[in-house]
Amino acid sequence: MASSATGSASGDASARPASSSHAPRVTSVLDLVGNTPLVDVTKMAKGLSPRVRLLAKLEGLNPGGSVKDRPALWMMRKGIESGALRQGKTVLDSTSGNTGIALAMIGAALGYPVSLVMPDNVSLERKRIIGAFGAKVIYSSGMEGSDGAILLCREILKKDPDAYFKPDQYFNEANPLAHYESTGPEIWEATGGRVTHFVAGIGTGGTVMGTGRYLKEKNRNVQVVAAEPEDALHGLEGLKHMASSIVPGIYHEEELDRKIPVPTEDAYELCYRLGEEVGLVVGQSSGAALYAALQVARELDEGIVVMIFCDFGDRYLSTNLWHGWVEWAKRRRPR
Amino acid sequence: MSVQVRIPTPLRRFTGGSEEVAAAGTTVGSVIDDLERQYAGIKERLCDNEGQVRRFVNIYVNGDDIRFLNNLDSELKDGDELSIVPAIAGG
Repeated sequence: MASSATGSASGDASARPASSSHAPRVTSVLDLVGNTPLVDVTKMAKGLSPRVRLLAKLEGLNPGGSVKDRPALWMMRKGIESGALRQGKTVLDSTSGNTGIALAMIGAALGYPVSLVMPDNVSLERKRIIGAFGAKVIYSSGMEGSDGAILLCREILKKDPDAYFKPDQYFNEANPLAHYESTGPEIWEATGGRVTHFVAGIGTGGTVMGTGRYLKEKNRNVQVVAAEPEDALHGLEGLKHMASSIVPGIYHEEELDRKIPVPTEDAYELCYRLGEEVGLVVGQSSGAALYAALQVARELDEGIVVMIFCDFGDRYLSTNLWHGWVEWAKRRRPR
Repeated sequence: MSVQVRIPTPLRRFTGGSEEVAAAGTTVGSVIDDLERQYAGIKERLCDNEGQVRRFVNIYVNGDDIRFLNNLDSELKDGDELSIVPAIAGG
């Protein structure tokens, strides 16, 4: 896959699909977590230096459909190793959605029941996917956002602490470790060690912390950049505005080189453009990562900017992201 | 005429921490204007430069999304409950 990192951005229509001779055969769906490809999205930026590439890591290709498969798998495995998770226990956590889907999938694959606390206004798709994995959903008030789910989850756990294993994605070091051990090395290898900038949105902070640490260990000049919602009230599902939130224990802002505030509407606009101009329909947080990556790339004379596209857009089809977007985009972007 | 407005966590810094406030108006738009009179700065969070509700802001009247009513012109009765519901954040 190394060639995909820096290779042709020509979009050659005669290009043939990759040979299937390397298609893996696995025994468990969990063996399919990670090893996601980088795709060149440099064409999204007009007027860049020709020596700058923009590469997006397509985390939507994980079996659970998002980047969250990685931390969820690492947290569950660490729990089993330490004995904190054993037969008879239910996996319980609060989530805005993608971590819930990942935990539900892994619970199904490993044979553990899963209960998830989510704000009641998460997208319909998420609720249904989680149900399809046989997990139970407990709803917290949408008015309280993801922090409301965190607090309700703590209450449930307090009532019967022995019944549950709580992966605790906001405070579990296995979350950034997943990215340190998988996302980081994959990016390093796929770019032949030439990555100069890493950009990711902040939800729990696990991706940007763990991947950033690995890349900086390999080359301390790699710049680690976080994309953060511009305001407390935003529409970037999955991302957190840290100043107004319960700050995750795994998040250490001092390790970042830079934070870029992202206006929701601009991230949405980039999601629409990615669909039409690249052929990638992604979720809100990918638009946010691209917004920040474009800002970084425009300042460069040379470099490889790698960003995380957390998931695909189809799990948001019922949300504001896609509701009435054509009319909105036309108003905003007259053609 | 007065309606109750439920304020989500990210906007409570405007309302001095209140989860629910009273506002006057006969339509959603006029209630938002009244909120702005009481809590300066809040309207800009809810509406764009053209005065339209921002794409990611969800406003419900007694549980019904105003997009499926009459947007800012949706009419209100005394005692109605208006809820501003944020998107989901964080992991």
